Parts: sequence; C-alpha cells; structure tokens
Amino acid sequence: MNKASAIRPESRLRLFSFAAPSRFYALTGWLVPLCWVVFVGFAGVGLYMGFFVAPTDATQGEVYRIIFIHVPAAWMSMLLYLVMAFWAGIGWAFNARMASVLARAIAPTGAMFAFLALWTGAFWGKPTWGTYWVWDARLTTTLILLFLYLGYIALVNAIDDQRRADQAGALLAIVGSVNVPIIYFSVKWWNTLHQGATISVTAAPKMADTMLTAMLLMTVACWAYAFAVVFMRARAMALERDAHAGWVAALARGRITG
Amino acid sequence: MSWNSAADFFAMGGHGFFVWTSYAACAACMLAEPLLARHRHRQALRTAALQSQDTEENS
Repeated sequence: MNKASAIRPESRLRLFSFAAPSRFYALTGWLVPLCWVVFVGFAGVGLYMGFFVAPTDATQGEVYRIIFIHVPAAWMSMLLYLVMAFWAGIGWAFNARMASVLARAIAPTGAMFAFLALWTGAFWGKPTWGTYWVWDARLTTTLILLFLYLGYIALVNAIDDQRRADQAGALLAIVGSVNVPIIYFSVKWWNTLHQGATISVTAAPKMADTMLTAMLLMTVACWAYAFAVVFMRARAMALERDAHAGWVAALARGRITG
Repeated sequence: MSWNSAADFFAMGGHGFFVWTSYAACAACMLAEPLLARHRHRQALRTAALQSQDTEENS
C-alpha cells in the first residue's frame, strides 16, 4: 500500500473497485454476451447495407466493398494500440494488476486487426493499384504497428517475473505509440499511393451516405467485437493469475464439480 | 441494389476473388480468436479446479 491510498482510502477504493480481479470478472461476465449481441446486430445490418444498399462506386466498381471491413480494421488497429499503451501505462504507474492484464489482453486483438488491415489492403491494392504491396508510408507504418504488437506479446511472454514483464511491456507500448499518429498522418505528410482519409472531422465525407453508414455500422461492430474478445481473454488471464485465490477456487469448484 | 442474380453478386463485377478473400480472412480470424479465448478460459477454470482439489486433499 502506498501513501495515497492510506490518506484517501475511500475515493481510491471507488476509483479502482473494478481493479479487483474478482469484481472485474463478475462485471465482464455479463458485459461479454451484451457485446456479442451488439456485434451480431451491427455487423448484420452493416454487411447488408454494404453489399445490398450501398451503390457501385463510380471509379472502382464493386471491389471498393472491401472498404467496409478494411477501414474499420485499420481504425481499430490504431485505436487498440493507444488503449493498450494507456492501460499498460496505468498498470505500470499505479501497480494496478488488472490494467496490465487488460493491456496484455488487447495485444492479440490489435495484432489481428492490424493483420486484417494489411491483408484486406493487399487484396484491394492488387485490382486497383496493380500490386499487393508497396513500401509506401501508410503501408510500411501499418506493418511496423503489427510488429510492435507482436514485439509486445513476445516481450511480456519472454519475461517470467510477471511484474517486470508488465513494466517492460508498458515501456515498449508507450514508446511505440509514437507510430500511431505517424500512420494516421502518413497520407498527408508523404506522397503515397494510398488514398487520403475517407472521412475526417474537418471536411464533409467524400462518399455516398449509404456507403458511409455501412462503414460506421461495421466500425461499431468491430468495437463490440474488440470489447467482447478482449474481456474474454482478460477473464481467462485473471483466473490464471489468481489461480490460488479463494474466489477462483470457489468459482472453479462450483463450475466443474458442482 | 446492384445485383441481378446470385452469380452476379458472387462475381462482384469480376473482382469476386479479391472481395471474398478479404472477407474470408476476416471471418476466419474473427471466428478463431473468440474460440481460442473461450478455450483458454475453460482451461484456466479446469486448472483452478484441479489445484483446489489438491489443496483440499492435502489439508
């Protein structure tokens, strides 16, 4: 216990009450199914709009429909990295165990979205640019993002001491987060094959309303998916870390033998 | 609606291969990841149950 918690025990207790693995486990227990319902609903409507309502693109024809998964995946890969770095940093600064668990749980999902952004981008690039891959600013920085995720995962798994692993991981995650704005602004800063931002806060969207709606619905679906799968993994990790704690033993006995 | 038939839909204006390869990869990843997470969760519960059994027998 450090000084701050001794001085203001109550406010600290409230702020970090879900930092207790048992509370986190209970809360996410009913959040996960909720997230899956949201995911299925939004992905269903989003895909329907994307494939059956959104019109054919004037210049690209039908192949542009990859956008409905490509852009949400790319957004999620950048956002999840920042969220991962944030929780890794909180875990490091406050020695909050569940924050570090959350950071570790986010990494594989972020890596998956980075991979999907590159994969769908490659299969969109071939018919429109004539190549699966170019060493262009946006593509290269996204590849670095994937490597940062994989490096983080490898690093935290390579160190046996859990706290030290969390701290080393946090350092890597925080330093690596400088890459995210570089990805985001790469299409502005460098001459690149990749097209500019499809939508931005400062300008009107450069696409049909139904296309935009489908893309935003798919983005919400990807958010719900990320929440669901990250919570699932974090729950498993909480059980693994607290394997000897009373609440896990009680839970395990109730589930398996009861 | 831009499709006249199911075949027309799957052809995606001649770019079916690229569109469906993209979506297939997404579907595969987004199916595998939750299944792996669920497997890990069950594994953790099983391990915890075995450990709590051991401690009961030893005490």
